[in-house]
Amino acid sequence: MCRRWLFLVLIVPLHASAADIVVSAAASLSNSFSEIGKRYEAKHPGDNIVANFAASDVLLKQIEQGAPVDVFASADEQTMDRAAQSNNIEKSTRKDFASNALVLIVGVNAKSPAKLDDLADSDYAHIAIGNPDSVPAGRYAKEALTAAKLWDKIQPQIVPAQNVRQALDYVARGEAQAGFVYATDAETQKEKVRVAMTVPTSTPVRYPIAVTTTSQHADAAKAFVAFVNSADGQAVLKKYGFSAP
Amino acid sequence: MSSDAIVPLLLTLKVASLATVLASIVGIALGKWLGRHRTFTRNVAESLLTLPLVLPPTVLGYYLLVVLGRNGFIGEWLMRWFGVSLIFTWQGAVIAASIAAFPLILRAARASFSDVDAQLENAARSLGASETEVFFRATLPLAWRGILAGALLAFARAMGEFGATLMVAGSLPGRTQTLSLAIYDAVMAGDDARAESMVIISLIAAVVLLIFAAQLLQRRKHT
Repeated sequence: MCRRWLFLVLIVPLHASAADIVVSAAASLSNSFSEIGKRYEAKHPGDNIVANFAASDVLLKQIEQGAPVDVFASADEQTMDRAAQSNNIEKSTRKDFASNALVLIVGVNAKSPAKLDDLADSDYAHIAIGNPDSVPAGRYAKEALTAAKLWDKIQPQIVPAQNVRQALDYVARGEAQAGFVYATDAETQKEKVRVAMTVPTSTPVRYPIAVTTTSQHADAAKAFVAFVNSADGQAVLKKYGFSAP
Repeated sequence: MSSDAIVPLLLTLKVASLATVLASIVGIALGKWLGRHRTFTRNVAESLLTLPLVLPPTVLGYYLLVVLGRNGFIGEWLMRWFGVSLIFTWQGAVIAASIAAFPLILRAARASFSDVDAQLENAARSLGASETEVFFRATLPLAWRGILAGALLAFARAMGEFGATLMVAGSLPGRTQTLSLAIYDAVMAGDDARAESMVIISLIAAVVLLIFAAQLLQRRKHT
């Protein structure tokens, strides 16, 4: 008897219900997509949104290796371009749905750098940025720092994070004195971090979304993408500080 | 072999060795303290001390971050008195790895101490040995093989430490990025060639260590 229950427990989670839509979204979309998912579910009874948040490159890697993902939303065009090149997304479904800004943050009690160059000061022993090899926010930051001829100079101070939210957490905990995150991320930890400045990026921070080629529920996936782009979806994104694409 | 892989390998060996030494001292001392009699309180204490092995490494990492961090009570104290912070340092990685690994030594040590013939310890006492002498000259040498086996498992656990290390020490290339972290980063960055070279190095290191361990335990048996 006991063994039979154990067997059931082991086997049940492996069978996703018919309309489980797996949405792999950039870490910076954690809060907004959780809410959009709930609102979508309320309008489409029976459909179930399963959200998977991580750095965009990590998500793409999972998709390339055959993860059963239906919708992919990345934090930069570059990662989505790579997904398109490797034929992992339905190109016709691709659409930019939001934009964001890169900001330099410091702890609430820390000294604000007046300009990017001030980061070279000893006040900023640790500067958290997403690892540019796998995190779009880190690539935007590297781009800006390279343009300011600071990238090589502050190399010893840089603490690479696994995704943008980890960079935010390092600053919120005071372990890093400064960090580069999106404006929307800084907003979620308002009581612990302060925005010192908005960092101009030569590549605009835009979020594309698309249905994957391997999606088993392409219709439901398309409906979700449409919902993100609808007035309802856009209102939620706006609430969390995202701008229109 | 590229230098890309050598740096994380050396760092991993350094961190794992130091963590094993630290874990051995603490594990043996606590194993002795728990003693040979299995009372309820002592078993509860042993269970609590085994938690780092059972808990997800991220839970361990979170608590370490909270305690050792700038605002944590140990972290704040270290900062105030010594001006040091363990977060983002290889020393922090050693602490994370030793806490994750020490229950393996504790368990092995307690079991080995229980197996030591009490009459031999009493014989040492009757010959005038102090309790410290009894421990270092009779109990420890007799229990040594079991403890060594535990220490080798602890070393393996320390070498593979990932979650807690990532949270406490970060993944700073050349500074705190151990092999397991470097492999993860390489895979996530899509650099399969670099990941593979490090995976092969890990495999070789593991096989060499296992053979070395088998030899060491074999020799202990004969003496």
